[in-house]
Parts: sequence; structure tokens; C-alpha cells
Amino acid sequence: MSEQLLDIVLRSLWISGTALLLSLLWSLPLALILGLRRFRGRNTIISFFNAMLGVPTVALGLFLYLLFSRRGALGAFSLLYTPTAIMIGQAILITPILISLLTSAIEAVDPRIRDLARTLGASERQASLTILREARKGSILAGVSAFNRAIAELGIALMLGGNIEGLTRVMTTQIALGVNRGEIILSLEATLVLLAIVFTLTLIANRFRGD
Amino acid sequence: MAVHMKLHRVTRRYDGITALSEVDLEVKNGEVLTIIGPNGAGKTTLLRILALLDEPSSGEISYRGQRVDRSSVQEYRKRITMVFQRPVLFNDTVFENIAYGLRLRGLEGEEVAQRVNDALSSVMLDGFGSRPAKKLSGGEQQRVVLARALALEPELLLLDEPTANLDPTNAHIVERIIKNLRGRTTVVVATHNIFQARRLSDRVGCLLNGKIIDIDRPRNIFIKPKNEIIRKFARGEFF
Ligand SMILES: Nc1ncnc2c1ncn2[C@@H]1O[C@H](COP(=O)(O)OP(=O)(O)O)[C@@H](O)[C@H]1O
Ligand SMILES: [Mg+2]
Repeated sequence: MSEQLLDIVLRSLWISGTALLLSLLWSLPLALILGLRRFRGRNTIISFFNAMLGVPTVALGLFLYLLFSRRGALGAFSLLYTPTAIMIGQAILITPILISLLTSAIEAVDPRIRDLARTLGASERQASLTILREARKGSILAGVSAFNRAIAELGIALMLGGNIEGLTRVMTTQIALGVNRGEIILSLEATLVLLAIVFTLTLIANRFRGD
Repeated sequence: MAVHMKLHRVTRRYDGITALSEVDLEVKNGEVLTIIGPNGAGKTTLLRILALLDEPSSGEISYRGQRVDRSSVQEYRKRITMVFQRPVLFNDTVFENIAYGLRLRGLEGEEVAQRVNDALSSVMLDGFGSRPAKKLSGGEQQRVVLARALALEPELLLLDEPTANLDPTNAHIVERIIKNLRGRTTVVVATHNIFQARRLSDRVGCLLNGKIIDIDRPRNIFIKPKNEIIRKFARGEFF
């Protein structure tokens, strides 16, 4: 693997990995509440996130572009065309996936598990953690699906990152824009690596789901 | 015998249905008390209330003479454990299933392993520790959940129809374990098996439509019932 390619691949992994962790910061607590509690408006919230699953990445990209640009509400932070901007954009992009999949994973846990944990001596909080632990396979699948969506999207990386070499160039922007610059081989290599990453992770995740 | 747990006029309603109606009950220290009654009588509801998993709609509960309230319920719950009618298992090995409650009590390492292995021995499942719990047969699962409860050495053990789904061999093993606990651990068993109640109990409580209509030693229920209703009940005519 050429140094140039390696640089792009590692940056992609770093940016999307951070985006996943960032998104989990709010997605996991929200999914726990949605998965474990029953309250008015719960179904509306779940439907909202299900509807958000299909939002095109360029739409979100444009919206955040306006927010981050010099005249935008967050212009003062000079985030546009930085890796941080892509991380934030991808973190928001994958929030609906994480919430939908994590919520269903938690809901799929046998409801008697909470009473079991309690009668074995768990506090309410410990019982909730036990339920999350029982949902671990579905949760890993949720994390992998979200990461794959982040690393394979183009719109946000392009509009918020700007494909700056050595700073914000990631696999998808290299694939899309490298062709015009005549870097066909590098773009092809990036495509192969991207596919390999996505397929491998999906296979591992499905392994988990198996039993 | 000292009173272990006491219910005073405990009622439990589920929107519209009264599952327990003003139940007064004294569970005595170290006894094996069976609660018999037909399906829907309220046995599971009664056990869940004794396990402090479910709150009464009204009435009072005391544990060894101390009133149980919201602030103390978690503390008392640690001294009690309930085995549900159908085995509920964590998606993990047999060992981890049994170790769960021990770890919550601050035990670690060798001590956990020792207690888990002893518990497995007591239900004749030596060497089953590394097996995935959910892959076991029904009878083995029922014995694992019993071992998991025994490992905690609870002061009060609640068993909901512990042999209802078992073949005779497994049922026999479970009954023998219950008999061995007599005098050391307080045990309350819900069953709709009248013969099992006769075999196991120090006392038998007859539950019908959410009310305890009689509670006494087995001979006073099955051989010399105090009235015609109990005689019929003990013959299973309401079941
Ligand atoms: N969670 C619940 N929600 C509504 N009704 C319930 C619930 N649990 C029990 N009941 C009702 O309470 C009554 C007693 O049930 P239960 O305690 O399960 O009886 P048993 O264990 O003796 O068969 C039944 O009429 C049952 O339908
Ligand atoms: Mg029942």
C-alpha cells in the first residue's frame, strides 16, 4: 500500500471511528431511555428517527455547511474544511441508525430479565446495565452498521471537509474526485480498501448475531 | 417458630382484576410453606409480592419484624430470591449465570468459582459451568436456575411451580433439594400439584380467588380438613 493511500485510509478510519464514538455519546443514552421506558410521545420519537434514516447525506451536508460557514451561526469556530467538521457531520448522520438499531436491540431482550436481575440482587440501575449487556450482540451490529454508513458516505466529507490533501481527504472523496485529477489507480485502490473494510466488519457483525 | 415475613391485608389489583384480596400471611422461619391453588388463584402474584418484586396496591409487609418500605426494599430484596416458573437465563455460560448474583454481593475470583461449583453439584450438574445456558434442555435449565438461587444462600427462597414443566426424574431431584433446605432456609413453593404439597410441606396455604381460605399443617388440610370447602379444595375439586 502506498504511503499516499495509507494516509487516506487511516484518516478515514480515524474520522469515522471518532464520529461513531461521538454519536454514541447521545445516541446510547437516548436508546436506553427509548428501549427501557414507556412514556407518552415515545412512539413519535422512534418514528421520527426512523424517518430520519433516509435523509440524503448532501442535504445534511448543505445544512451543516451553512451552519459552519463564516457567516453561519457556528462560523466563529472556523470548523469548515476541518476533520472535526466531518466528524460532527457523520456523527449526526448516523444518529438515527444508532438510535433505531440500539432501541430495537434493547427492546428485543426478554422483559423478564429485569425482574431476574432484581431478584438476584441488582439495583434498578444495575438491572438496566444487565439488559444492555443482554443486548450486546444487536448493539455491536448497530455500531458496525453506523460506522459503515459513516465511512462510506460522500456528501458530508465533501461539503464539510473539502477533500484537502493531507488534512480532510478520505477514501470516498478520493474515489469521487481523484478520477478528474487522473488518479485512477489510487481511486481504485481506495475503493477496494473501502469495500474490504465494509464487508469484513459486516461479516464479523453477522457472526455475532448468529447465536 | 419466629415469623420471617408477614403480609398484613395485602391487596394487589391489575387494572380491574383483583389478583390478591386482603391477604394476611405469616411465613415462619425455616419452614417449607406451599401455596396451592388452581390457575389464576394468585400464586405467582403472592410470590412476586413476597419477593419484593411487585408492590401491593394496599397493605403492609414486614420482614423479620421490620416494616418494608420504599427506602428499605432494595436492602431486603437482597436477602430473598425467587425462581420463576419458566427458567429465565442470561445469554451467557452456566457459570456466569450463577456468578451474577454473587458478584453483585461483592464476591470475587476463587470464592465465586467455589460457590458456583458447589451450587452445580447440589443440582447434579457438575462440569456444566462452561456450557451456554440457553442451549441446555428444559430440565437442566430448571436446575441451573435453582442452583443460581441456592448459590446466593438466601434467607427466603421462593419457588414458582418449580416442577410444573419437568419430567419425573428432574422433578424428583428438585423436590429432594427443597427437602434438604428445611430448617435452614425459609422456602415458599407455589404449586398446583396437591401430592407435591403433601410430600414437601411443613404447612400448606390454600389460595382461591386471591384469598387464603385456610393455612395449616398438611394433615389438617388433607386428612382432617376443617370444613367441606377445604375438603373439596384438598381433593382438587376447584382446580
Ligand atoms: N401482570 C398482570 N397484568 C394483568 N393481570 C395479571 C397480571 N398478573 C396476573 N394477573 C391476573 O391476576 C390473577 C392471578 O394471576 P397469577 O398470580 O398469575 O395466578 P396463578 O399463579 O395462581 O396462576 C389472574 O386473573 C391473572 O390474569
Ligand atoms: Mg402462576
